[in-house]
Amino acid sequence: MGSAGQGHSLITARDAGLVACQQCGQVHVLRAKVCKRCEGRLQSRDEDSLQKVWAWLIAGMIAYIPANLYPMLLTSTLTERSESTIIGGVVELFEYGSWGVASIVFIASVMIPVGKFIAIMYLAVSVQRKSKANRHERHRAYEVVEFIGRWSMIDVFVVAILSALVQLDTIATINPGIAAVSFALSVIFTMLSAQAFDSRLIWDADRTQQ
Amino acid sequence: MTLHTMPLDDLVACPQCDTLHMASALPSNARAHCQQCGIVLMTSQPAAMARILSLALTAFIMMIAAVSFPFLTLDAGGLRNATSVIDAVLAFNEGYAFPLAVAVAFFIVVIPLIRLTALIYALGPLVREQKPRQGARKAFALAERLRPWSMAEIFIVGVTVALIKVAGLAAVTIGPAFWAFAGVVVITVLKDQLICRYSIWEALDKATA
Repeated sequence: MGSAGQGHSLITARDAGLVACQQCGQVHVLRAKVCKRCEGRLQSRDEDSLQKVWAWLIAGMIAYIPANLYPMLLTSTLTERSESTIIGGVVELFEYGSWGVASIVFIASVMIPVGKFIAIMYLAVSVQRKSKANRHERHRAYEVVEFIGRWSMIDVFVVAILSALVQLDTIATINPGIAAVSFALSVIFTMLSAQAFDSRLIWDADRTQQ
Repeated sequence: MTLHTMPLDDLVACPQCDTLHMASALPSNARAHCQQCGIVLMTSQPAAMARILSLALTAFIMMIAAVSFPFLTLDAGGLRNATSVIDAVLAFNEGYAFPLAVAVAFFIVVIPLIRLTALIYALGPLVREQKPRQGARKAFALAERLRPWSMAEIFIVGVTVALIKVAGLAAVTIGPAFWAFAGVVVITVLKDQLICRYSIWEALDKATA
């Protein structure tokens, strides 16, 4: 497939006076508002992209705080009642000797969310500064964030299954704690933040604007 | 041919960086990448449409099995608790956690089913070389937009983690629904890899014209 630009230079749809539908790839004249093929909304650039990114990101970071402070799981057995937080659950798994599973939970519930906060902040700040450096790496970071963010939900599903399964009257019961709700919200908010990011902005810094 | 005389339908803009390309027929089993940012713009797999449809139908039937049969059974101290996928969803059914129950139900059952239904609805007539059904475009757009929110594969990993946590506490028996659900996950991954948005939109266009 060839470039539409002259010679070896690449041109954007916007430079050509066109707007592309992000949903189906159909190209339209710049003033078109609705895609004729898939009826999606057309926007050459999402002007409010960064605002939405920051708003969802901050909401996600706020929700992540109670998610770590309050218990995810409330366990009661014949002899004791215990509560465990995200980190507490990981430590417990380590003590059982389940290294592999402990790392999965740690990666999904701590490293991915925190990594995502940092990555989205870096992307947003670098676009605001119109940085021209590392565009390929930043685009890669954006793709990774989009792909990997959903996997943080693992711990919420663990809580769901455990509290459905372990309901043995007096012997042992497990119930979800409030942190499960705030953790799920945090994941949903950061997914929305990543989706609001308009990746075309990464590449615009190097492009001449009319 | 210069850009200005070219019909707009022959141009493809990269959805992630807006670089404009001229569309050309791809040899089969080839991929076209964006020249600026490198993402895959289109793939050409002959017979992909029929395969996507059959995988979607299979996944749909297995999903029905996955929600109807027992998922996991727990035995401890003479007490027994059988859990279906629906029970897992209802675990959050108390007070403050109710919205979460709704969200989990959507992530693991409702959204995967909506996606499958929409795909079957949109692609069914195309495979039989008929005109697309009314709303086929909306259905396909919906299936693609919901993709990140369909979390069946993440749920199955979560279940595995939960099994290991519970293993010390009680005996767990894995029910038929567990295997059906695992099947749904594998088939969905295979199906989503076959979907080339551009080719399907082209096919929808051609079938309408």
